[in-house]
Amino acid sequence: MLGKLDWSAIPFDQPIPLIAGAVVLVAILAVLIWVVVKGHLPYLWHEWITSVDHKRIGVMYILLASVMLLRGGSDAIMMRIQQAVAFQSQGYLPPEHYNQIFSAHGTIMIFFVAMPFVIGLMNLIVPLQLGVRDVAFPTLNSVGFWLTATGALLVNLSLVIGEFARTGWLAFPPLSELSYSPGVGVDYYAWSLQISGVGTLVAGINLVTTVLKLRTRGMNYLRMPMFCWTTLASNLLIVAAFPILTATLAMLLLDRYLGFHFFTNEAGGNVMMFMNLIWAWGHPEVYILVLPAFGIFSEVVSTFSGKALFGYRSMVLATMAICVISFMVWLHHFFTMGAGPDVNAIFGIASMIIAIPTGVKIYNWLFTMYGGRIRFATPMLWSVGFMVTFIIGGLTGVLVAVPPADFMLHNSMFLVAHFHNVIIGGVLFGAFAGFEYWFPKAFGFRLDERWGKLAFWFTFLGFYVTFIPLYIAGMLGMTRRMQHYDVAAWRPWMLVAAVGMAVLTIGVICQVVQIVVSIRNREALRDRTGDPWDGRSLEWATSSPPPVFNFAFNPDVRGEDAYWDMKAHAKQQQLEHDRPEYQDIEMPRNSPTGFVCAFFATIMGFALIWHIWWMVILGGIGAFATFVVFAWRDHDEYVIPAEEVARIDRINIEERRRLVSMAGAV
Amino acid sequence: MNLLDPQGPVAAANSTILVDSVFIMLAIVVPTIIAILAFAFWFRASNTKARFQPDFVYSGRVEMVVWAIPALTVILLGGVAWIGSHQLDPAAPVPGTGSPVRIQAVSLDWKWLFIYPDQRIATVNTLTVPAGAELNFQLTSSSVMNTFFIPQLGSMIYTMNGMVTKLNLRADNEGKLQGLSAHFSGDGFPDMMFDVNVISPLAFPDWVATTAKSDAVLNEESYTKLMQQGIETGRPTYRLDDPRLFDLISTQHIPPGPGPQLTSEAGRSQSGGRDAR
Repeated sequence: MLGKLDWSAIPFDQPIPLIAGAVVLVAILAVLIWVVVKGHLPYLWHEWITSVDHKRIGVMYILLASVMLLRGGSDAIMMRIQQAVAFQSQGYLPPEHYNQIFSAHGTIMIFFVAMPFVIGLMNLIVPLQLGVRDVAFPTLNSVGFWLTATGALLVNLSLVIGEFARTGWLAFPPLSELSYSPGVGVDYYAWSLQISGVGTLVAGINLVTTVLKLRTRGMNYLRMPMFCWTTLASNLLIVAAFPILTATLAMLLLDRYLGFHFFTNEAGGNVMMFMNLIWAWGHPEVYILVLPAFGIFSEVVSTFSGKALFGYRSMVLATMAICVISFMVWLHHFFTMGAGPDVNAIFGIASMIIAIPTGVKIYNWLFTMYGGRIRFATPMLWSVGFMVTFIIGGLTGVLVAVPPADFMLHNSMFLVAHFHNVIIGGVLFGAFAGFEYWFPKAFGFRLDERWGKLAFWFTFLGFYVTFIPLYIAGMLGMTRRMQHYDVAAWRPWMLVAAVGMAVLTIGVICQVVQIVVSIRNREALRDRTGDPWDGRSLEWATSSPPPVFNFAFNPDVRGEDAYWDMKAHAKQQQLEHDRPEYQDIEMPRNSPTGFVCAFFATIMGFALIWHIWWMVILGGIGAFATFVVFAWRDHDEYVIPAEEVARIDRINIEERRRLVSMAGAV
Repeated sequence: MNLLDPQGPVAAANSTILVDSVFIMLAIVVPTIIAILAFAFWFRASNTKARFQPDFVYSGRVEMVVWAIPALTVILLGGVAWIGSHQLDPAAPVPGTGSPVRIQAVSLDWKWLFIYPDQRIATVNTLTVPAGAELNFQLTSSSVMNTFFIPQLGSMIYTMNGMVTKLNLRADNEGKLQGLSAHFSGDGFPDMMFDVNVISPLAFPDWVATTAKSDAVLNEESYTKLMQQGIETGRPTYRLDDPRLFDLISTQHIPPGPGPQLTSEAGRSQSGGRDAR
């Protein structure tokens, strides 16, 4: 009846996950009860859960990423403490627990923190920057989000029901095959990623289509803000790379469920096939994450330097070059398999070639600052912090692309330090910069600068104190994923790294405090103009938060930095040009499709993990039926009458007039 | 286990390339970081002496330079990578004094088996080699993947079931080194450290003779017992019965290691974690 599921699946003998799970469960229940008692449920349902508004979906993605960042971060803290204490002892985490933690940490941070964070920011901002009212496929967008949330839910469920994978975040076979990992951990891993992978793929298709097909009048490709370009590149990579991940995991699942032999030791399975396939996805994935971050930094550096982006066309070229080359370097993840010198050298050099366009980007940001008037608001701090940190990560990255150096550093703590250097220093700093930069746009009030700056400095310092020791440990021969060790030379560095982790944690706490403080002071921090940073692109041309239709009139773009031009003209003429007649606007109706579909997908995923076949069929039918019902819908749009559009827009114009006249008075 | 304290020619060459590459890159990275901090500081909004040039958004010369600097660096490093990959290919010969020693390494769950087919002996978790001689490694795995790595001798390489990888090393100085597995292989993975005893070439035959007197015999049967999951804290040695044992393992004539043995009561999905402790 319940497949492999019984009471023994709940780890009563392991207090840490049980207590953690209980606390989370109580917290969720408390929030739910509060929501129901206060009567917020209809609001949540109509305004958020069923919303197909790209801004709302973007916010939900970022919320998901933030919650999962705390989960992945607690894993990181536990690992650092374990390696600090487990010298010539077992530490406080037994291997089966420690191994789940590092696997979960990697999986969560990449798939459920970095991915939703950048996808959320793209969702939130790209349609605004393109001057359009929505993404290409609004309901699909909602489906994509909820399926990602399903994946995250399943990963967290493994904390209290069963176990998570103990194989590392890429679940290399044969260790991840049934004979060596008979538990449900790998199944939790694979099904979470399969389900959220579908979500990511549809998000990618949606954003590619949006950038290619929905741009406002005059928004040529070479007038698009850099963030739109990097969004295009990143989502092209998603569309091309995620099917590889899906296929690879599908093969692993066939091995595990139906006795196939794609990657097994026996019957002609080939382990290295999995390595090749997973990295053929995995390396582009790195750029899927970091390209949007590059876009964010481009926007931030240009805005806060008060200048257009230096070498815009060069940047476009560099972005697209990275997009293409990133598919040709995957083998550098396993130089040590003994492939032969020609293969190693060619992939090593191809990997280095990516450093060229990346280097160009750094220099272009540098020259954007040159001759600027730089305001050091929090987003700009993150950007400068990124530039310095990312160069160091780039250096160590090119270093491990040299095969003979990689023969010493592969899989070491040096490598761990390297990829954290680029992912924290690149993606996470980028996500935080974007968060601070666009928060006023999303919510209509600014974030507290003092706490924001504190958060930056603690995170920045904490990063170095944590990861420089790991570089050194790697140089001392320490390999990754050690649950305990006996080498005295490594010990001091693990202790320093633990201290660094504490500093990083303070940074995260500051970030949380910043949000709380800002919400409490929101009236004082209110952004009435819609343009708090003196921005340059179209998202600042509308109010904060933007009306559901984004723009009362689709803006007319006459050059790069569209909104900057508009402001320049408006200042010259001392008033904005007359508005034509307001018209009715049709917007897509909310739809529970995404939520209902994800509900059934969760049931199906859970049932697949535990081999509860009747429930699999139930979930499958439910998810499919949801699609059918959606496909048969009669009305998918509603009309916002012209008077309502006019009323909302006039408030916005009024505020802006005041801004312009104040600027004129100065 | 310091990578910058190499004890053999391979490690020495690897770490030379490592250090050289870092310095080549530092030559542009350091000035760039300084420029970032300097520009950010000088062009701060409050600095009235800095000239505001909002129209400085394109310069052909600057563009040429910023594409050229990383490109030139990569051309230089690409040369290092190409030559280094060929000279330091793990399978490339490493000439030494005396006759080469053939060693066949098998990664087990969770220990290392070293077979000396010519000497008809085998050891677990301890590798004894003569200084100065070329060491020809053939490597495979009994079950899951591992990576064979002696940091101070250089060049790690994967061990994979059903496949044989080749690695040539040389240890130049007598002494005690440490090796480890550098690819996560399950609960007992951190206990896959092994000792490397580099002894004088004169003492090596004596060591072989002593080891060959071992009571324990390694044959298919005892190997099958040895490859069960578990941690080996001792340093057992064996007399090798059949010098073709490695070939039987690598060609899967001896089936791959079974992995965790599920006991019937283990309805919950534990796998071998308990025996790891």
